[in-house]
Amino acid sequence: MTLREVKEILRAEVLAGEELLDQREPRSACGSDLLSDVLAFTKDNSLLLTGLTNPQVIRTAEMIDLIGVVFVRGKRPEPATVELAVIKKIPLLATRLPMYEACGRLYLQGLRGCSEIE
Amino acid sequence: MRDEKPLIEVERKIQGGDFQSAGDVSSELKRILQQVGFPAAFTRRVVIAAYEAEMNVVIHAWRGVFKARIFPRWIHIEVDDEGPGIADLELAFQEGYSTAPPHIREMGFGAGYGLSNMKKCSDRLEIDTRVGEGTKVVMDFFLGL
Repeated sequence: MTLREVKEILRAEVLAGEELLDQREPRSACGSDLLSDVLAFTKDNSLLLTGLTNPQVIRTAEMIDLIGVVFVRGKRPEPATVELAVIKKIPLLATRLPMYEACGRLYLQGLRGCSEIE
Repeated sequence: MRDEKPLIEVERKIQGGDFQSAGDVSSELKRILQQVGFPAAFTRRVVIAAYEAEMNVVIHAWRGVFKARIFPRWIHIEVDDEGPGIADLELAFQEGYSTAPPHIREMGFGAGYGLSNMKKCSDRLEIDTRVGEGTKVVMDFFLGL
């Protein structure tokens, strides 16, 4: 599944990294509002779904090689968050769906969780 | 091993409470480790531990100094801060325990995984802390362990 397909499944808006959507394919995904959890449990090349919008989300994504970030339940990131994402080449999507539904729709389409992959 | 000369030495200041720059030091470290050519999985665990240590200074301390010595087969990191120190180290290592205030938790930190993440990612972790003075975190990472 490419990030372009993720965008369509979640009817998401692209906030950064439009040009990367076709070439990025997450191996797995995780949904979390706790960055230390993300650091502890997320595999590389994963997609993060989160309600957090501050620049530390992008820092965390950079540290563990996340493939992209989806903001859920209509949250809009701070301008500094988008700026950092552009610099670090981390695509950002925004969906109106709440966390559970956004994760559920991706899972139904075959995107596995981080504990289910090698 | 003690007399070995590092390939690269990095020393950077960390400012407590500065969330705009928080992560800059770990980000720079990651770039350096990638340039040296360390395996991705090794780089990842070093960088996660470094980032947790850097964030701890930003969240809890007044200021700190981050030092990394990068050798061909291992990495030594010291993060020395002036700050409140840790009153109960055993408690601080418990997953889920945190003294971070609500505004830090709203940012997604302060879940109480910082120290356990550092322990998990490093091959050796030492913490020297004095209440009211500060905390020194020393970590070593060995390639191929």
